Amino acid sequence: MRRWLLWLPLAIFTVVVVFAVRELRKPSDRTVYSAMVGKAVPAFDLPPILSGKPGLSAGDLRAGQPRLLNIFASWCVPCIAEAPQLMKLKAMGIPIDAVAIRDSDTAIAQFLKRHGDPYARVGDDKNSQVQLSLGSSGVPETFVVDGRGIIVKQHVGDIRDEDVAALAEAWRKAR
Amino acid sequence: MIARRRDAALMPLLRQIGCATMAATLALAPPTTAQGRPPADYANVQLPDPAKEAEATALMATLRCLVCQGQAIIDSDADMAGDMRSLVRQRIAAGESANEVRDWLIARYGDYVTYDPPVSPVTLPLWLAPIVLLAFGVWIARASFRRRNR
Repeated sequence: MRRWLLWLPLAIFTVVVVFAVRELRKPSDRTVYSAMVGKAVPAFDLPPILSGKPGLSAGDLRAGQPRLLNIFASWCVPCIAEAPQLMKLKAMGIPIDAVAIRDSDTAIAQFLKRHGDPYARVGDDKNSQVQLSLGSSGVPETFVVDGRGIIVKQHVGDIRDEDVAALAEAWRKAR
Repeated sequence: MIARRRDAALMPLLRQIGCATMAATLALAPPTTAQGRPPADYANVQLPDPAKEAEATALMATLRCLVCQGQAIIDSDADMAGDMRSLVRQRIAAGESANEVRDWLIARYGDYVTYDPPVSPVTLPLWLAPIVLLAFGVWIARASFRRRNR
Protein backbone atom coordinates (compact mmCIF):
# COMPACT_ATOMS: atom_id res chain seq x y z
CA MET A 1 0.00 0.00 0.00
CA ARG A 2 1.36 3.40 -0.89
CA ARG A 3 2.14 5.53 2.16
CA TRP A 4 0.28 8.67 1.09
CA LEU A 5 -2.99 6.76 0.75
CA LEU A 6 -3.05 6.46 4.55
CA TRP A 7 -3.54 10.22 4.74
CA LEU A 8 -6.40 10.31 2.24
CA PRO A 9 -9.27 9.74 4.74
CA LEU A 10 -7.89 12.47 7.01
CA ALA A 11 -7.60 14.84 4.07
CA ILE A 12 -11.20 14.19 3.01
CA PHE A 13 -12.35 14.62 6.62
CA THR A 14 -10.56 17.98 6.82
CA VAL A 15 -12.22 19.19 3.64
CA VAL A 16 -15.64 18.23 5.03
CA VAL A 17 -14.97 19.97 8.38
CA VAL A 18 -13.71 23.17 6.72
CA PHE A 19 -16.78 23.21 4.46
CA ALA A 20 -19.19 22.59 7.37
CA VAL A 21 -17.63 25.27 9.59
CA ARG A 22 -17.67 27.81 6.78
CA GLU A 23 -21.33 27.13 5.95
CA LEU A 24 -22.35 27.22 9.62
CA ARG A 25 -20.67 30.59 10.16
CA LYS A 26 -22.52 32.28 7.32
CA PRO A 27 -26.12 31.03 7.11
CA SER A 28 -27.24 30.49 3.55
CA ASP A 29 -29.35 33.11 1.78
CA ARG A 30 -32.80 31.62 1.26
CA THR A 31 -34.01 34.49 -0.91
CA VAL A 32 -35.31 33.37 -4.29
CA TYR A 33 -33.98 35.81 -6.90
CA SER A 34 -35.33 36.26 -10.39
CA ALA A 35 -33.25 34.94 -13.26
CA MET A 36 -34.72 37.72 -15.43
CA VAL A 37 -32.29 40.40 -14.25
CA GLY A 38 -30.38 41.55 -17.34
CA LYS A 39 -33.17 40.39 -19.67
CA ALA A 40 -36.08 42.24 -21.25
CA VAL A 41 -39.41 42.45 -19.47
CA PRO A 42 -41.57 39.70 -21.03
CA ALA A 43 -44.57 40.78 -23.07
CA PHE A 44 -47.72 41.40 -21.03
CA ASP A 45 -50.73 43.68 -21.00
CA LEU A 46 -52.62 44.11 -17.73
CA PRO A 47 -55.96 45.92 -17.45
CA PRO A 48 -56.31 48.75 -14.94
CA ILE A 49 -57.51 47.82 -11.46
CA LEU A 50 -58.65 51.35 -10.55
CA SER A 51 -60.83 53.68 -12.53
CA GLY A 52 -58.83 56.81 -13.28
CA LYS A 53 -55.46 55.04 -13.26
CA PRO A 54 -54.18 53.26 -16.37
CA GLY A 55 -53.24 49.57 -16.45
CA LEU A 56 -49.75 48.40 -17.29
CA SER A 57 -48.19 46.76 -20.34
CA ALA A 58 -44.64 45.78 -21.20
CA GLY A 59 -44.62 48.64 -23.73
CA ASP A 60 -45.04 51.19 -20.91
CA LEU A 61 -41.76 49.91 -19.44
CA ARG A 62 -39.66 50.65 -22.53
CA ALA A 63 -40.83 54.18 -23.17
CA GLY A 64 -37.31 55.63 -22.92
CA GLN A 65 -37.29 56.49 -19.21
CA PRO A 66 -36.11 54.05 -16.56
CA ARG A 67 -38.84 53.16 -14.05
CA LEU A 68 -39.40 51.17 -10.91
CA LEU A 69 -41.82 48.27 -11.17
CA ASN A 70 -43.31 47.40 -7.80
CA ILE A 71 -45.02 44.04 -7.27
CA PHE A 72 -47.44 44.50 -4.39
CA ALA A 73 -50.84 43.66 -2.93
CA SER A 74 -53.24 45.24 -0.48
CA TRP A 75 -53.27 42.02 1.57
CA CYS A 76 -49.49 42.01 2.01
CA VAL A 77 -48.14 43.16 5.37
CA PRO A 78 -44.54 44.11 4.33
CA CYS A 79 -46.08 46.21 1.53
CA ILE A 80 -47.43 48.54 4.22
CA ALA A 81 -43.95 48.77 5.72
CA GLU A 82 -42.37 49.80 2.41
CA ALA A 83 -45.06 52.35 1.46
CA PRO A 84 -43.26 55.38 3.02
CA GLN A 85 -40.03 54.44 1.20
CA LEU A 86 -41.89 54.26 -2.13
CA MET A 87 -43.32 57.72 -1.43
CA LYS A 88 -39.78 58.94 -0.82
CA LEU A 89 -38.60 57.50 -4.14
CA LYS A 90 -41.54 59.15 -5.87
CA ALA A 91 -40.63 62.48 -4.24
CA MET A 92 -37.15 62.09 -5.74
CA GLY A 93 -38.81 62.18 -9.16
CA ILE A 94 -38.59 58.45 -9.86
CA PRO A 95 -41.57 57.10 -11.81
CA ILE A 96 -43.06 53.97 -10.24
CA ASP A 97 -45.48 51.52 -11.84
CA ALA A 98 -47.11 48.61 -10.08
CA VAL A 99 -48.55 45.17 -10.59
CA ALA A 100 -51.24 44.31 -8.05
CA ILE A 101 -51.29 40.60 -7.27
CA ARG A 102 -54.60 38.79 -6.69
CA ASP A 103 -56.36 41.94 -5.56
CA SER A 104 -59.65 43.84 -5.85
CA ASP A 105 -60.38 47.44 -6.81
CA THR A 106 -61.94 48.36 -3.45
CA ALA A 107 -59.09 46.86 -1.43
CA ILE A 108 -56.45 48.60 -3.57
CA ALA A 109 -58.28 51.95 -3.41
CA GLN A 110 -58.42 51.66 0.38
CA PHE A 111 -54.75 50.63 0.61
CA LEU A 112 -53.56 53.58 -1.50
CA LYS A 113 -55.77 56.02 0.42
CA ARG A 114 -54.35 54.86 3.72
CA HIS A 115 -50.65 54.36 2.85
CA GLY A 116 -50.12 56.82 -0.02
CA ASP A 117 -50.18 56.36 -3.78
CA PRO A 118 -46.73 56.46 -5.44
CA TYR A 119 -47.89 54.75 -8.66
CA ALA A 120 -48.28 56.13 -12.18
CA ARG A 121 -49.95 52.92 -13.38
CA VAL A 122 -51.34 49.86 -11.63
CA GLY A 123 -51.96 46.64 -13.56
CA ASP A 124 -54.40 44.00 -12.33
CA ASP A 125 -52.63 40.61 -12.17
CA LYS A 126 -55.54 38.41 -11.09
CA ASN A 127 -53.79 35.04 -11.20
CA SER A 128 -50.14 36.06 -10.68
CA GLN A 129 -49.35 35.20 -14.31
CA VAL A 130 -47.29 38.36 -14.90
CA GLN A 131 -45.60 37.91 -11.53
CA LEU A 132 -44.59 34.38 -12.57
CA SER A 133 -43.36 35.58 -15.97
CA LEU A 134 -41.11 38.10 -14.18
CA GLY A 135 -39.58 35.44 -11.93
CA SER A 136 -40.97 37.14 -8.84
CA SER A 137 -41.63 34.80 -5.94
CA GLY A 138 -43.63 36.96 -3.58
CA VAL A 139 -44.78 40.40 -2.55
CA PRO A 140 -43.37 42.96 -2.24
CA GLU A 141 -40.67 43.00 -4.87
CA THR A 142 -39.28 45.89 -6.87
CA PHE A 143 -37.61 45.80 -10.28
CA VAL A 144 -35.56 48.62 -11.80
CA VAL A 145 -36.27 48.68 -15.53
CA ASP A 146 -34.23 50.83 -17.92
CA GLY A 147 -35.65 52.89 -20.79
CA ARG A 148 -35.38 49.97 -23.24
CA GLY A 149 -37.34 47.63 -20.99
CA ILE A 150 -34.36 45.67 -19.67
CA ILE A 151 -34.52 44.65 -16.00
CA VAL A 152 -31.33 45.96 -14.37
CA LYS A 153 -31.99 45.23 -10.70
CA GLN A 154 -34.35 43.31 -8.46
CA HIS A 155 -35.06 44.10 -4.82
CA VAL A 156 -36.72 41.22 -2.97
CA GLY A 157 -38.81 42.05 0.08
CA ASP A 158 -39.87 45.37 1.52
CA ILE A 159 -37.78 48.45 0.77
CA ARG A 160 -36.20 49.65 4.01
CA ASP A 161 -34.94 53.14 4.65
CA GLU A 162 -31.37 51.97 3.99
CA ASP A 163 -32.35 50.49 0.60
CA VAL A 164 -33.74 53.74 -0.83
CA ALA A 165 -30.34 55.16 -1.81
CA ALA A 166 -29.27 51.98 -3.66
CA LEU A 167 -32.54 51.83 -5.62
CA ALA A 168 -32.34 55.53 -6.52
CA GLU A 169 -28.73 55.01 -7.60
CA ALA A 170 -29.66 52.01 -9.78
CA TRP A 171 -32.43 54.08 -11.36
CA ARG A 172 -30.04 57.00 -12.01
CA LYS A 173 -27.45 54.68 -13.56
CA ALA A 174 -30.09 53.15 -15.85
CA ARG A 175 -30.70 56.51 -17.56
CA MET B 1 -24.90 43.43 10.81
CA ILE B 2 -26.24 40.38 12.63
CA ALA B 3 -29.41 42.23 13.63
CA ARG B 4 -29.98 43.13 9.99
CA ARG B 5 -29.62 39.51 8.98
CA ARG B 6 -32.20 38.54 11.52
CA ASP B 7 -34.58 41.13 10.11
CA ALA B 8 -34.00 39.73 6.69
CA ALA B 9 -34.75 36.27 8.00
CA LEU B 10 -38.16 37.53 9.11
CA MET B 11 -39.15 38.45 5.57
CA PRO B 12 -39.83 34.98 4.16
CA LEU B 13 -41.86 34.36 7.29
CA LEU B 14 -44.09 37.36 6.60
CA ARG B 15 -44.34 36.31 2.98
CA GLN B 16 -45.47 32.90 4.11
CA ILE B 17 -48.19 34.22 6.37
CA GLY B 18 -50.32 33.98 3.24
CA CYS B 19 -50.07 30.17 3.58
CA ALA B 20 -51.14 30.26 7.22
CA THR B 21 -54.09 32.58 6.75
CA MET B 22 -55.14 30.37 3.87
CA ALA B 23 -55.24 27.32 6.11
CA ALA B 24 -57.24 29.26 8.69
CA THR B 25 -59.81 30.62 6.25
CA LEU B 26 -60.13 27.28 4.52
CA ALA B 27 -61.83 25.89 7.58
CA LEU B 28 -64.55 28.56 7.54
CA ALA B 29 -64.95 29.86 4.04
CA PRO B 30 -66.17 28.47 0.76
CA PRO B 31 -63.38 27.79 -1.76
CA THR B 32 -61.79 31.19 -2.25
CA THR B 33 -58.14 32.10 -1.70
CA ALA B 34 -56.78 33.87 1.38
CA GLN B 35 -57.28 37.17 -0.37
CA GLY B 36 -60.90 36.41 -1.12
CA ARG B 37 -60.39 35.70 -4.82
CA PRO B 38 -61.65 32.47 -6.32
CA PRO B 39 -58.77 30.16 -7.32
CA ALA B 40 -57.39 30.59 -10.83
CA ASP B 41 -58.74 28.45 -13.67
CA TYR B 42 -57.33 24.91 -13.46
CA ALA B 43 -55.59 25.59 -10.14
CA ASN B 44 -57.69 22.87 -8.53
CA VAL B 45 -59.50 21.51 -11.57
CA GLN B 46 -58.18 18.77 -13.81
CA LEU B 47 -57.77 19.15 -17.54
CA PRO B 48 -60.50 17.44 -19.59
CA ASP B 49 -57.90 15.42 -21.53
CA PRO B 50 -56.59 12.63 -19.22
CA ALA B 51 -53.29 12.29 -21.11
CA LYS B 52 -52.54 16.00 -20.75
CA GLU B 53 -53.64 15.96 -17.11
CA ALA B 54 -51.24 13.06 -16.43
CA GLU B 55 -48.41 14.98 -18.05
CA ALA B 56 -49.24 18.13 -16.07
CA THR B 57 -49.54 16.18 -12.79
CA ALA B 58 -46.15 14.53 -13.29
CA LEU B 59 -44.58 17.93 -13.97
CA MET B 60 -46.27 19.63 -11.01
CA ALA B 61 -44.86 17.02 -8.65
CA THR B 62 -41.34 18.14 -9.61
CA LEU B 63 -41.83 21.91 -9.38
CA ARG B 64 -41.05 23.80 -6.18
CA CYS B 65 -43.63 25.98 -4.48
CA LEU B 66 -41.64 29.20 -4.15
CA VAL B 67 -43.41 30.59 -1.08
CA CYS B 68 -43.64 27.38 0.94
CA GLN B 69 -40.20 26.06 0.09
CA GLY B 70 -39.81 22.33 0.48
CA GLN B 71 -43.19 21.49 -1.04
CA ALA B 72 -44.04 20.74 -4.63
CA ILE B 73 -46.76 22.92 -6.16
CA ILE B 74 -49.00 19.87 -6.45
CA ASP B 75 -48.96 19.45 -2.64
CA SER B 76 -49.34 23.07 -1.65
CA ASP B 77 -52.38 25.10 -0.64
CA ALA B 78 -50.57 28.42 -1.08
CA ASP B 79 -52.24 30.82 -3.48
CA MET B 80 -49.07 31.14 -5.52
CA ALA B 81 -48.82 27.37 -5.92
CA GLY B 82 -52.41 27.41 -7.20
CA ASP B 83 -51.48 30.08 -9.73
CA MET B 84 -48.45 28.01 -10.79
CA ARG B 85 -50.64 24.91 -11.26
CA SER B 86 -52.97 27.00 -13.36
CA LEU B 87 -50.04 28.15 -15.47
CA VAL B 88 -48.68 24.62 -15.92
CA ARG B 89 -52.07 23.11 -16.87
CA GLN B 90 -52.93 25.91 -19.29
CA ARG B 91 -49.56 25.72 -21.03
CA ILE B 92 -49.76 21.93 -21.30
CA ALA B 93 -53.31 22.21 -22.60
CA ALA B 94 -52.11 24.72 -25.20
CA GLY B 95 -49.76 22.06 -26.55
CA GLU B 96 -46.45 22.76 -24.81
CA SER B 97 -44.44 19.79 -23.60
CA ALA B 98 -43.60 19.31 -19.92
CA ASN B 99 -39.96 20.10 -20.67
CA GLU B 100 -40.85 23.36 -22.39
CA VAL B 101 -42.90 24.48 -19.39
CA ARG B 102 -40.08 23.48 -17.03
CA ASP B 103 -37.54 25.41 -19.13
CA TRP B 104 -39.85 28.45 -19.15
CA LEU B 105 -39.90 28.42 -15.34
CA ILE B 106 -36.14 27.76 -15.07
CA ALA B 107 -35.53 30.82 -17.29
CA ARG B 108 -37.37 32.86 -14.64
CA TYR B 109 -36.41 31.28 -11.33
CA GLY B 110 -33.26 29.33 -12.08
CA ASP B 111 -32.75 25.61 -11.41
CA TYR B 112 -34.09 26.23 -7.91
CA VAL B 113 -37.66 25.90 -9.16
CA THR B 114 -37.24 22.28 -10.27
CA TYR B 115 -36.74 19.26 -8.07
CA ASP B 116 -35.24 17.46 -11.05
CA PRO B 117 -32.02 19.43 -11.52
CA PRO B 118 -30.55 19.38 -15.02
CA VAL B 119 -26.94 18.27 -15.51
CA SER B 120 -24.75 21.38 -15.46
CA PRO B 121 -21.18 22.11 -14.31
CA VAL B 122 -22.59 22.92 -10.85
CA THR B 123 -24.67 19.76 -10.48
CA LEU B 124 -22.19 17.46 -12.22
CA PRO B 125 -20.49 16.41 -8.93
CA LEU B 126 -23.93 15.35 -7.62
CA TRP B 127 -24.47 13.07 -10.59
CA LEU B 128 -20.92 11.74 -10.69
CA ALA B 129 -20.30 11.27 -6.95
CA PRO B 130 -22.30 8.00 -6.61
CA ILE B 131 -20.51 6.48 -9.61
CA VAL B 132 -17.09 7.55 -8.33
CA LEU B 133 -17.81 6.24 -4.81
CA LEU B 134 -19.09 2.94 -6.19
CA ALA B 135 -15.96 2.50 -8.30
CA PHE B 136 -13.81 3.35 -5.29
CA GLY B 137 -15.66 0.72 -3.23
CA VAL B 138 -15.19 -1.94 -5.91
CA TRP B 139 -11.50 -1.10 -6.05
CA ILE B 140 -11.11 -1.45 -2.25
CA ALA B 141 -13.13 -4.68 -2.21
CA ARG B 142 -11.04 -6.16 -5.01
CA ALA B 143 -7.79 -5.24 -3.27
CA SER B 144 -8.85 -6.77 0.06
CA PHE B 145 -10.24 -9.97 -1.48
CA ARG B 146 -7.01 -10.43 -3.40
CA ARG B 147 -4.98 -10.09 -0.18
CA ARG B 148 -7.14 -12.72 1.56
CA ASN B 149 -6.71 -15.20 -1.31
CA ARG B 150 -2.97 -14.95 -1.16
